[in-house]
Formats: sequence, C-alpha cells, structure tokens
Amino acid sequence: MSTLQQYCTFTLDGFLVGVEVSRVQEIIRYHEMTPVPLAHRVVRGLINLRGQIVTALDLRRRLDLPERAAGAFPTNVVVRTEDGAVSFLVDEIGDVVEVDDSSFERPPETLRGVARQLITGAHKLSDRLLLVLDAERAAGLRDEG
Amino acid sequence: MIKSLETDDIVREFLVESYEGIDQLDRDLVMLEHSQSDVELLARIFRCVHTVKGTCGFLGFSKLESVTHVGENLLSKLRDGALAVTPELTTTLLALVDAIRQMLGNIEATGMEGDADYGSLIAALTRLQEDKAAPPTSPTMAAGTPVVEPAAALVAASETLDIQADGKTGQVTDSSIRVDVGLLDKLMTVVGELVLARNQIMQHASVAPRSASLAAASQRLNLLTTELQEGVMKTRMQPIGNIWSKFPRVVRDLSFACNKQIRLEMEGRETELDKTIIEAIKDPLMHIVRNSVDHGIEAAPDRMAKGKPAEGRLLLRAFHEGGQVNIEISDDGRGLDPEQLKQKAVEKGLISADQAARLSDREALNLIFVAGFSTAAAVTNISGRGVGMDVVKTNIEKIGGVVDLQSTLGAGTTLKIKIPLTLAIIPALIITCAEGRYAIPQVNLVELVRRESRDGGHGVERIHGAPVYRLRGNLLPLVFLRDELGATGAAQDVDDELLNIVVLQADGRTFGLVVGDINDTEEIVVKPLSKQLQGVSAFSGATIMGDGRVALILDTLGLAQRANVISAERERTVVDAGVAARDHHRARQTLLVCGTGEGRRAAIPLSSVARLEEFQRSRVEWAGHYEAVQYRGQILPLLQLSSLLGFGASQTPGVTVSVVVYGEEGHRVGLVVDQILDIVEETVAIEHTAAREGVLGSAVVQKRVTDVLDIAAIVRNAAPWLLEASPEHEVAA
Repeated sequence: MSTLQQYCTFTLDGFLVGVEVSRVQEIIRYHEMTPVPLAHRVVRGLINLRGQIVTALDLRRRLDLPERAAGAFPTNVVVRTEDGAVSFLVDEIGDVVEVDDSSFERPPETLRGVARQLITGAHKLSDRLLLVLDAERAAGLRDEG
Repeated sequence: MIKSLETDDIVREFLVESYEGIDQLDRDLVMLEHSQSDVELLARIFRCVHTVKGTCGFLGFSKLESVTHVGENLLSKLRDGALAVTPELTTTLLALVDAIRQMLGNIEATGMEGDADYGSLIAALTRLQEDKAAPPTSPTMAAGTPVVEPAAALVAASETLDIQADGKTGQVTDSSIRVDVGLLDKLMTVVGELVLARNQIMQHASVAPRSASLAAASQRLNLLTTELQEGVMKTRMQPIGNIWSKFPRVVRDLSFACNKQIRLEMEGRETELDKTIIEAIKDPLMHIVRNSVDHGIEAAPDRMAKGKPAEGRLLLRAFHEGGQVNIEISDDGRGLDPEQLKQKAVEKGLISADQAARLSDREALNLIFVAGFSTAAAVTNISGRGVGMDVVKTNIEKIGGVVDLQSTLGAGTTLKIKIPLTLAIIPALIITCAEGRYAIPQVNLVELVRRESRDGGHGVERIHGAPVYRLRGNLLPLVFLRDELGATGAAQDVDDELLNIVVLQADGRTFGLVVGDINDTEEIVVKPLSKQLQGVSAFSGATIMGDGRVALILDTLGLAQRANVISAERERTVVDAGVAARDHHRARQTLLVCGTGEGRRAAIPLSSVARLEEFQRSRVEWAGHYEAVQYRGQILPLLQLSSLLGFGASQTPGVTVSVVVYGEEGHRVGLVVDQILDIVEETVAIEHTAAREGVLGSAVVQKRVTDVLDIAAIVRNAAPWLLEASPEHEVAA
C-alpha cells in the first residue's frame, strides 16, 4: 500500500528541492522587487502580484547556501502558507515529479543546522535525490538563527 | 441535512435580531428610570422582550422562553401603569437582559441555552409583579385585566402594538438590507485595487502623446473611481452610537457601585466612523468613561459641599470636522490637580523634582499619559489597574489619532480625541531616499523644509554626533532616513547644496527627517506587512504605487523610537512644550542644563560639549587612579563634576551614568553629571559674580539661577595630565 505524492521541483545551488504541488499558487519568472531595508537578510523584497503584496524570500539564504551568481535572475515560486502567500526565490524551476512514499527516507542524523529543520527528508529518484522542503517552516523566520 | 442548515440560518437570524434588541433594551431601561411615564418607550421595551419570547418559543428554547415570559408579564404591568419604575425594578430588569444575553451567547457557542439556573431571577421578577407597593394609578386598569388572564391580554396588546410598529417603521426596514462585513471588506479591497489602477492610468495618460479621448476617458475614470471609493467607504461607516449604546448601562452600574449620581448625556451619536476605527476606539473610550465616573465625578455630598448640583454630568460629544472625527468626553467633576500630579510623578520616579518644578500646569496634566502613572489613590476594581491612560493614548495614536486633555481644578475635565475617518485609503507624501521610494502618512506631517546652501544661514549643525537644524530659532533634532535605513554607499554629505527635511510629529515630539527627494502627495491603499516583516519597526505597511511597484509606508513613531528621538528616560515630551512656547526672537545661546547633585543645576555652553553619553554603571572601570569607560575603542577618563565644583561626590542611584564628553585636540574627558536635564536656547546675561574656578558666572536659565560652567578650565584645573598625556591608549577589542 503506497500513496503517490506530487512535488513541484526546483534547483538551489545544484540541489533538487521540492514542495507539495498543492501548496504552490503559481510560478512566475523574475519579477521586479522593492527591497526592504532593516529586514531579515532572507527577505529580498516585496513584489506586486496583481495587486497583492507578496514577500519574496531567498531560499538560498534561507538554507545557508552560497549566494546566487551576480546577474542570475531567480524564479518566484509563490506558495500558500498559513499567513498568506509567500514567494520563494529559487534558481531554476523543474518538473512536477510524482513519487511514491516508499522512496522517501528521513534525513540522516549528520544533517545539521538550518537544513535539519527545513528539509523533512529525501525521495530517492533514479538519478538524484529530491529534497522535501517544509514550506511553512521555511516561510517563518523565527525559529532558528 | 438541508433542514438543519435552514434551522441554523433561522437561529443565526434570531441571534442577530435578539442581540440588536437587547442592546437597545439596555439603553431603554436606563432611560426609563429617568422618564417613568414614557409610554412609547415602555411599549418598545415590551415589544422587544415579547419578540424574543415568541421566537425562542418557536425555536424550542424553553428556558429562555420561561425567563422572558415572566419578564414580559412584569413589563405589561408597567406598561399598563399598574406598577411604577423603581431602581430595584430596573436592576431586576437589567438582570433579565443579562440573563437573555448569557443564554444567547450559549446558543451562539453551543446551540444550547446552557445549564445556568435562573430560578432566583424568575422569583424576583414574579415577586415584583405582585408588589403591592403599586403607585396610585388609574384604578380601573390596576384592578381589572392583567391578574385574571394575563396571557390573553398580552397577546391582544402585543398584536395591536405590532401592527402599530409595522405601520411606523415598515418603510425603513424595507429599504435596508443586512450585508456581511466580510463582503464589504472584500469590496473595499477591490476598490483599493481600482484606485491603484486609476493612479496607473492617470500616470500613463499624462505621459502619453496627447490624445484628447484618452485624457477625457481617464478624467472620467478618475471621477468615477473617487465616487465609488467614497460610496464603498460609506457602507463601512457605522454611527458611533453603536459603541456608545453600552455606556448608559455601564455608567448606571458604576455610579451605583461608587454611590454616585451621574447623568450621562450623548450628543452626535449618529456621527459615522469606519468600522475598523470603531473597533479600535471601543476599549479606550470605555476606559475613559470608567475613569470619569470613578475618579472624575465626586460623590453627591462632596458635590453639594462645593455648591455643585448633586448629580454629576458626563457628556459624550462626537462631530465631524475637517475630515476628522472629534470625540469629547467631559465631566463636571473634581478636575485634575497639576501639583498633585507632579508630586505623584516624582514619587513614582517618572520625573525628577527639578523637572516637576519646571512643568507648566498644562504639561503636568499630560503626565497622566506617561506609562506607569495612575491617578487613583487606591486601586479600585473599576479602574486604576496600572494599564491606564498611556494605553489609551497609544491605542488612539496607533490609528493616527490625537488626544488632548483639558482640566480645571474643581470644575471638571475634558478629553478630546481626534481620529481619521478611515484607515484603508489615506493621503500620503511620497519621498525617495537611498534609491527607495517611501510613503509618509499625511497625519504625521507638520511641514516641509527645503534648504539650499546658497540661501545662507545655518545648515545642519551637530552637537558632536547629534545633528540638529535651526528651524525658526528652535533646535530641531534631525534623523537621516538614509542612516536609519542602514543604507550603504556614499554617505550623504549634509553640507551639500540641498537639504530636504520632512518635519514630523510623533508622540508629541517634533523631529526632522532628512530625505533624498520629496515627490508628491498621493492617495495610497494601506496593505499590512507579512509576518516576516512585522518586527521591522520603521515600517507600518506597504502600498502599490501608480507604476505598479511596491513602496513601504514609514512608521513615524517607530522611526522616532529607532532614532531615539523619543527617549522615555528624559521625559523630553513633557519638557519640550515649555521650551517651544518660549520667545525666540533675540540672539540666543544654547546651554546644556544638567543636575549636579542635591537639586543643584549647572549650565554648560553647548559649544564646548563634544557629546552626551549615557553608560551602564557596570561599564565603569578603574584605570589607574581615576574611573574610566571604554568608549569608541578608547579609554575615556571620567571625572565627577559635582566633586570638582566642591559640592562633594554625588552618588545618584541608577543603572546608568550621564556623561558630558569634553574634547580638546584628540583628548577626551568625560564629566559625570547627575542628570542631563535639557538643552535650552536662551538669551542669557552671565553675571560674573562667581569667585570659583571653572565657573563663568551665574545666569537666569529657565527662571532659575544657574551656574554657567567653563568646563575647559574645570578639566584643566582638576586633571591637567589628562589633556597632556600621550593621547588615547587603544583598547584591544
């Protein structure tokens, strides 16, 4: 007995990361942002999504990954969270991947730091690993330092 | 399934109607006490209870039905004149209203009436009915109908009443419908979007190559949007009477509890406000009213002794004026005693005795808005629990309102509140700074100052680090938005040819915000910030500009706090008004006034002061034979000013030490003072009477004789080596 899960995938510094498809509101190409001085460094700015103001969070910074190369435009993955829509800035958008529960494994104990709290586990795809992101936690900036 | 849904709808409607009814009942019952024979009023009360009874019987809420039934019987006797209104009777009827409200609440929450026992209430209501102390009324009525067959008589009576009511109020109910607030909120959001789209189109139309038809169409769009915006805004408006309706009951209950006689008068209850604002001022208003009843108005004997009428008067007034709503709460009670307020503030350690002495009466009144101040000598269960007027003030300021207090000792107190009509769409000034565009709500704006260096005069001056600007003779503290926002890149050269200062007011303090460019004013739609940004105190929200980009709305109060313009410790708020009110025309000298122990004051010409600092006492260390602190990567030796002046070492308790930093050719010395009291600009005539070293002379500063110090000489006399030793030993960080 197994259940199928669909993930919207994207890349971050070479990693393949996914969030549940049901959470994703829309994907938009690079969008002009208004930076917010004094805010948490993960907050890259505010975007106007057809009249709705959405906060854009840099997932690379959120996961303590190296900065995106200068001139590389990130893509917005707008996800629904308890506190409204939030946009995750990612490198490249990938396919929607359907995976079976049986391929899932919890993260190894050696996974430390921020990632430990934000990555719930990995699906073993044939060619690579798909890291599953806890979107709700990633959008909240309070918990860990 | 469908049936139960339908029933749900009916119950919900019953609840809404009944709540409205019993709110009205509260008011009517209190009114009844004052106008006993008002037949129409009695009829209305009766009708309301009757309606609740009828509907709940139909819906099967038997407990509610039995309680209302007894109440109805009692009311019918009142209506028929068989009984007279007594305070006891009113109290019991109010208890009935409470019981109904409680059961309605239970029905709303659980669908059941709850299991409270109303036996004693029913008994009380029944007993009052049979009260033989009935007043003389028309004997035929009293003896006749009701006792024998109450139910029949009631049905007959209420039927005629209902018919009457239909005839009178029918048209009103037909022309209005109930609308869900959620729907109105949504409409408001859509209109907000429309306003933004309109702004965008107007912008394009003004840049695009001249096209008459486009210009005409956009002009029309502009007008229609404005009209629609006003219309939708109106749907969200509610009369302030909605929240006032609770007050007659509250005032009655409180005055009973305090054993006072108070008459509540309300003017302008139809004055309308946006629903969100109504919600926001509900609690503050309640607090003020409670305060007036509890502390403001005296008990009857006291009033008589002062030659006032025994009955106190509490007046609520509301009216529109200049796009704002004014609310006044005034009582004819004992008023506030400025001296007593000062004394109390000193006792509580909110201000020093020195500061208190300098406060004008008007400034002293404002002390009640300082956190931690409560005027009640004894804490009662009605008010005076420490969360006091400061909370009221902050809550009102949060929605862009202003509070003003006037009081005459012995004659009463008036509190005036001014609040904007709506919060959703506000006029704002758009400015740019450090490549960013920001909106400043117009309510916080005082004036705009544009200074070009070729105009001559003073530019930005500094009290060492702290920038100030001379605005009509007053020192205006400056806050550089660029610095506050932590912008990097080329530092703003303040002596550059152009300086744009936006003068803002926050918490009673005025300060100048130096911005890059001042654009235009615009109507903006306020959108809340997401959770990730709510900790950033500099911004209160965001908005979408005409070009579709997002701009942040600056939070004036938050900015002022960030920049330490508002400092709780020094109570500048209170002192400032006095300084501002003084005369500014003659040539002046700026003096720093500080306390030097035992209430003595000294003034130091600000020109000789490098900087003012406050250090944690725990940071003071010993360096050789003198005290010192680590300061900006260097060692700053500290000298006690009071002992240098021969007053003996002062030992002020407190976790911080106030230090006046004196600098000379790279050497710095800190002079410890008890307190930094103020910076004043005054025309001072220094009389060279002092024989002491280091004292330039004496002068009258702020109406008090004050020593004017020559701190260079003081330091030179006391510790010449500090100014000669090889400068500044670097501290390893």
